[in-house]
Parts: sequence; C-alpha cells; structure tokens
Amino acid sequence: MTQLIEPPQVDPQPAEPPPALIELVDVSRTFDSSPPVRALRHVDLRVERGEYVGVVGPSGSGKSTFLNVVGLLDRPTAGSYLLDGDDAAGLSERERAALRAARIGFIFQSFHLLPQRSALENVMFGALYQGVPRRRRRQRALESLERVGVADRASFRPSRLSGGERQRVAIARALSAEPSLLLCDEPTGNLDTANTASILELFDLLLSDGLTIVMITHDLDVARHTHRRVSIIDGRLTEMPAAVDAMGSPTWST
Amino acid sequence: MIGTRLFRRRRARRGSRLRLGDLIDEILAGALARPARAVLTTLGTVLGLASLVATLGISRTAGNQIVERFDELSATQVVVRSAGSGGGQGRSGPALPWSVEARLDRLNGVVASGAIADVPNPGQVRTVPVIDPTGENSRTVPVVAASSGVLDAVRGHIAAGRWFDDGHVSRADPVAIVGADLAAELGITRLDLQPGLFIGEQLFTVIGIVDEALRDRGFVGSVIIPSSVAAERFGVNRPERVVIEVDLGAADLIALQAPVALSPNAPENVSAAAPRTSSASRDAVESDVNSLFLLLGLVSLAVGAIGIANVTLVTVMERTGEIGLRRAIGAQRRHIAVQFLGESAAMGLVGGIVGSSIGVVAVVGVSAARDWTPVLEPWLPLAAPIAGAMVGLVAGLYPALRAARMEPVEALRSSL
Repeated sequence: MTQLIEPPQVDPQPAEPPPALIELVDVSRTFDSSPPVRALRHVDLRVERGEYVGVVGPSGSGKSTFLNVVGLLDRPTAGSYLLDGDDAAGLSERERAALRAARIGFIFQSFHLLPQRSALENVMFGALYQGVPRRRRRQRALESLERVGVADRASFRPSRLSGGERQRVAIARALSAEPSLLLCDEPTGNLDTANTASILELFDLLLSDGLTIVMITHDLDVARHTHRRVSIIDGRLTEMPAAVDAMGSPTWST
Repeated sequence: MIGTRLFRRRRARRGSRLRLGDLIDEILAGALARPARAVLTTLGTVLGLASLVATLGISRTAGNQIVERFDELSATQVVVRSAGSGGGQGRSGPALPWSVEARLDRLNGVVASGAIADVPNPGQVRTVPVIDPTGENSRTVPVVAASSGVLDAVRGHIAAGRWFDDGHVSRADPVAIVGADLAAELGITRLDLQPGLFIGEQLFTVIGIVDEALRDRGFVGSVIIPSSVAAERFGVNRPERVVIEVDLGAADLIALQAPVALSPNAPENVSAAAPRTSSASRDAVESDVNSLFLLLGLVSLAVGAIGIANVTLVTVMERTGEIGLRRAIGAQRRHIAVQFLGESAAMGLVGGIVGSSIGVVAVVGVSAARDWTPVLEPWLPLAAPIAGAMVGLVAGLYPALRAARMEPVEALRSSL
C-alpha cells in the first residue's frame, strides 16, 4: 500500500496508477423480494492483477451474488464497480456481454459442459461470442486442452470423462477465451481430494502465467491454497488474516 | 492512460459478436442435439405442407386434364351457323354459302375452314348395285356434304387415298370419302381398284378413307361427298355450319369477322360461336377440388406450428443451464433469441422441404396412376420450404422471447 503514495520518480506513468483489475467501492446488492434480501452490504474490495483470492463463507451468505456482480452477470443496487478501470455501472447490456466475452472466464461447480458435444467442441464454445473465426477458436481450444493436460480427451463427450477431466475441460473452455480474470464458483465442490489437488495445481500454473483468480469455496483446505482470503458473512465482506497457516503466501503485501 | 481507457471503452461498446457461420453451426447443433425429437417436431409441418402441395398439384393436374382437350381443340375452333336454326338449306334470304374457303382463308388468324351439311334421307349405302334383301352389304349411315377445306378444318386424317379437291367440287365429280369405321363394315380395304359405292341409287367412287376427325367424330362413320355433288343430286344447297380452325388466341376475333365475311349483306343472320375461355373453366374445376383440401392443409400446418412452438418451449426450459452458460461467455439477449428462432425456423424449413417433396411425389404418383400429365406451379415446391421456415419462425417467437428474457444468474442455477 505504501508504494502507491511514494513519490512518483520510479513510476514510468506518474499521472495515474494502473487501475486495479477489480475495484468494488461500497457495493450493495438487495433483492426486491418480501422481505428484501440484502445479499451484499457495503462491500469494498480491490483485487490487483495476478492475485489469487479465495472467498469463503457459509452458504447463503452472498458469495454467489458477489461472484455474479464481479462477473457482470448481476448489477449492484448501490456502490461502484470498476473492472479494469471501466465503470461497470455505466455499461449497457451489450457492453457487459462484450466484457464477459473478452475478459472473464467462469468455472462452475457442476462444470456446465454441453453433454452433446465433444471436449474440443465444448472448449471451442468458450470464445463463441468473441467473433473469432472458427479455425482460430479450434486452434486456441487445442492449445487450452494441452495446457490443462487433457489434450488426449479432445474427442470425448463429457459423459466419458472423469470429474477431474470434466473440470479441466471447463477450465480449458474459460482459457480459450483468453480472459484476464477467472471466476470460480466452488470449482472443486464435486471432486475428490486427488482431483481437487490437481485442479489447484493447475490454478497455480495459470497464476504463474499472469491470470487473476477469484474462487468461491466453503472448503477451508482449498481456501488455504489461495494467496489471499476474504470471507462473506451475511453480505458483509471482511479480509481474513494472512497467516492462517504456512501455505498462504501473502503476496498482496509485497 | 485516459486514451487507452477511452479506446477500451469504445471497444467494449461494440458488444459481443457471433459470426454468421458460427450461428449456423450453433443452430444446427441445437436442432440436431435430439434428432428423434426434431423429426417428431417437424412432422406436423411435413404433413401440412405435403397436403398443401399435393392438393394444389393434384387439383391443378386434374383441372388441366379435363380442359386439356378443350384447350387444344376448342380454343382454336369457331363454328358459324345460320342464326335461328341449325339447317340452312331451303331457307330464303341470305344464308351461308358453300364457298367459305375463299371468303375466310384470307382472314388473318384463319388456319383452315370448311362448310358442312348433313344430306337428308340419302337412302341406303351399299357397295353392290343389287338391293340385298338380307341387308348384308347395305347400311343406313349419315351422308355428309362438305366443301374441300373441311378435312383440315375438322383436323381430319386420311388413312388411304385422298380427300377431294376444288377440282372435284367444281366438276361435281361423283366421288366419296368413307369413314374408316364404315369402310371396315362395308369391306372396303383398298382403293386402287376404285371401289364403287351406292348412296341410294347414285353411284360414287370411293377415293379416300378418313380415319380421324378430331372436331367431328361422326366422320369416321359417315360418307362424305363434295358439296357440289350433294347440291346436284340431293338438293343440299346450303351448308348447315362452317367449321373454322383458327390460330390460338384468334378465336374471338374470327368469331366477329366470320359472319361479315360469310354473309356480307346480312351478317346478323349468321352466328359465330367462339369457345369459352379455357382459364375460366379450369378455374371452375380447380376451385371445386381445392377448397376442402386447402383447408385441411392449412389446419395441419397450424397444428404443425403449435407442435414446433410447444417443443421449442420445452427445449428452452430444458436448456436453461445452457442459456445461462451462453450469457456467461458473452451472449447478448438477442444472440439467445436468434439461436432459438433459428432452431425453430430450421425445423420448419426442413419440414417444408420434406413436405414439399412428399407433395410433389404424391402429385406425380396420382398422375401416374390415372395416366395424367402432372402439372405443378413451378413456384409451389420452392414456396413450400419458405412457408415452412416462416411457420417455424412464427412458432419460435414466444419460446425465443422466453429464452432471451431469462436472467443469466437464474439460468446458471440449473444444470446442463
């Protein structure tokens, strides 16, 4: 934090610091049911590029709403959200869709693979709405499958894949869209410990390539794997202490 | 930095994009994801359009069949008679002349013309001079007096020998043409021996056998003699009717001109009959057959549309998770709407193509069974698939709207 208020001599762009990838300021999301549900209350969060953030909390605490707001699937009812410097509140649906297509990859607990299509076709699906020519999508899909280690399963349908392989294909789908932010909603929730470990290893690999990952989990073992943890309880987000155990490497303080 | 931001913003404003080729791929993938369901869904459209095409085609074919001969013969025929009565001879005042060829053939549009009169009470027709009490070789048959142009005017065909010409007529040669049926009955098979024929007590030489006369089928069972001979020997002074073969489309004109040409002094005394227009009679035939089956086809088409709408709606509900996923990876509402509209339109289009094909095959099949010439409007097999696609499109409107309206957050909750 102190770096930001240091004299700008060392900064090549002194006028303005590079925007955070995610910047939530006083964000609230209230659902107009009766009684109204306040899923997010006055959330402030800043996530820089390359961070690995775990979001923990009991079910119904607002984790998913948080992820939907960050993923531009939902709009906050109050507060401001800047994604990579763009004010998400001022964006039209078209622009939000374009940002989702270009910047954000989603990973779901239940994988969300299209059952009728092969692994390769599912991965190609990821960049469908980017307007990328089919041949390039195919090329990127093959590279992504290679990257997550299931290139040999390219022609398999999801039903013939193991759970771990399915999640790898789903991750490859997100990667093929070349996002800058990966939003994961309980990515290991349906996986056994061995597969969970290998998926987390894969995330480490992706982080080293510069990707930013925000992951919802209720599994503290999985959360421990992330570099920074926040908890959401009753719609309120709080930063968790870094030194939960030795595995957490507090990169955010550097 | 501000510049980059503006640039970034502008880039974002373009919205997400879906290439046309990808859209087509996605539509096909969506429609074919459940092939059996797609087939069953399109069945209604198939039946509707097949029955529509078959109905229109078969009624057209049948209508055409009925009017075909009419078109060919009657549309090119004008018949002129003395006004008031069928017979002309013995009447006082101006009436039809025998010399019609000279008067009519110079009219533009006339192909051939000839005058005809039945010979009243000609007596028995025999091939031997003896009156045979057993009646073996004698017949009571119609005897027709004709001018030289009659053969062409009635579209006759000479099987053997020849027709009489102007020379025979002007000399009043006692020659006769015999219809093929009558010739067979009388035992006249060859003409090189110049067989004789008695009509009553008069001797004629048979010079030709006519085996076809499209406009006057009576000819094949008749004896035809030159008009001058008929006038001289039987007192037939006036023709009863004048048959004119005209060019297609000239019938109305010739019907106006012929009375003046034939009877310049009193054209009102003769009447010319032009054929009924063929399109009117064809329309009459078609409308009888059509209306019921057209209604049937439209009803099944509507049922087909409801079927597509129903199944597409179910499909939308089933694919809620997929819709959520598409929105998450950047699809806009319109992308979702176009996806489902495209799928239902594709089903309608395929239904239209299959239905149209079945309809055409049905028309050809019925025609083959009835020995008809299949007639089909050329636009019909092309319009049917378009109609099918439109049906699919309309049927898909509501489901597509439902799909597009789904909130991505809600939609993502259901699994795929």
